[in-house]
Amino acid sequence: MAKLHISTTINGEPEEFLCAPEETMLDVLRNKLSLTGAKEGCGSGDCGACSITLDGTLVCSCLMLAAEAEGKEITTIEGMADGETLHPLQQKFLEDAALQCGICTPGMLVAAKALLDENPDPTETEVRFWLAGNLCRCTGYDKIIRAVLDTAADMRGAA
Amino acid sequence: MTDIQYLAPTSLDDAVSAYAGAGGAGRILAGGTDLLVQMQAGIVTPGLIVDIKNIVEVTGIEGTAEGGFVVGAAVSGAVLEAHAGFAGAWPGVLEGLNLIGSTQIQGRASLGGNLCNGSPAADSVPAMVAAGAILTVQGPNGRREIAVEDVPTGPGRTNLAPDEIAVSFTFSPRAVGQGDAYLRMIPRTEMDIAVVGCGVNLILESGVCTAARVSIGAVAPMVLLVEDAGKALIGTKLETSAVEAAAAACSAACNPIDDKRGTIAYRTRVAGVLLKRAVGIAAERTFRA
Repeated sequence: MAKLHISTTINGEPEEFLCAPEETMLDVLRNKLSLTGAKEGCGSGDCGACSITLDGTLVCSCLMLAAEAEGKEITTIEGMADGETLHPLQQKFLEDAALQCGICTPGMLVAAKALLDENPDPTETEVRFWLAGNLCRCTGYDKIIRAVLDTAADMRGAA
Repeated sequence: MTDIQYLAPTSLDDAVSAYAGAGGAGRILAGGTDLLVQMQAGIVTPGLIVDIKNIVEVTGIEGTAEGGFVVGAAVSGAVLEAHAGFAGAWPGVLEGLNLIGSTQIQGRASLGGNLCNGSPAADSVPAMVAAGAILTVQGPNGRREIAVEDVPTGPGRTNLAPDEIAVSFTFSPRAVGQGDAYLRMIPRTEMDIAVVGCGVNLILESGVCTAARVSIGAVAPMVLLVEDAGKALIGTKLETSAVEAAAAACSAACNPIDDKRGTIAYRTRVAGVLLKRAVGIAAERTFRA
């Protein structure tokens, strides 16, 4: 089977790759583009560890064919920091120890950023519902939720 | 290694001819939240994947001249939620769709996919049945319209021909005094499959119910339109006795499975409970401007 030639934009940079028709975006990111920040937890859209944005919308990259990236704009966790300067969410996750093993962290950060981009002043309930599709085995979630709320408060203060 | 082909046509005619040409080995890709899971699990190995999201009509939301809506079959939950007019007109349909999965799933999951996947527990389907939504499908011989309640025929099965593609759903304009609602029972607050679902759509004129449609999900091999429940409400002021009669009609219509997520007795009883609550919410919504 001939490979498909896909032209897309990843973290603001033009990117091209070859993929099999059934290959997922997650597999291409990790195995072909060396963008291993997105993790495969479940491979069935339940855990959120592979979260990316597709034209600004939060999606699971394990439930997206790589071929669907044609002409689209994708952002991954690798595009979140500005060079050596961490995004406020990344910084706060470190300060608040909102992670332990770290497998869920890239997905949590990508999902949390998508929330704050849309709603800079979410309630705790809104944060919990928004992140309901991001599973974490370690933290019990409270530190993550608090880190997101603290970041939102900081960013509103700085704006 | 099976040869899988991927096509993303920009016209419906091209999509239909490719899909029909695959002779049953094709699969339609809208949001992919069911298809990719089935592929990864080895349940489905398509010969051809037809991605319909580059087709404007399938991904757009249009207003009709009468004030209704035509919602593309592949419009995602996130896009429908962001639409200015739809949530005001059909809040029950929107809550049915928005209950499916996580934020990530909402970025992709669609009304068309939820219906065509054929799950008896599909959350958006009872809401659409109650709303009286009409599905437009296109096949090699042209288009036809089919009421949403006539689409599912059993678990994973629909009345669509193997060469037909779901195009869009038509929702009538919201009438004066109309309200709709969808409720589901799950043992947690989020991220679960309905144990019971119930959609209600009714019109109140001076407090009297003049029209009502009721649909229940996850309590039979397919989503059901419960005409007896609607009839029990019409002509009443939604008094307790009328709502109890409608609830009894819902329970009587149940033919559920018995599994770890809900026994037959539990699902049957909860169908009536959800009906009563959904009628209350729908009735409140009739007062909205």
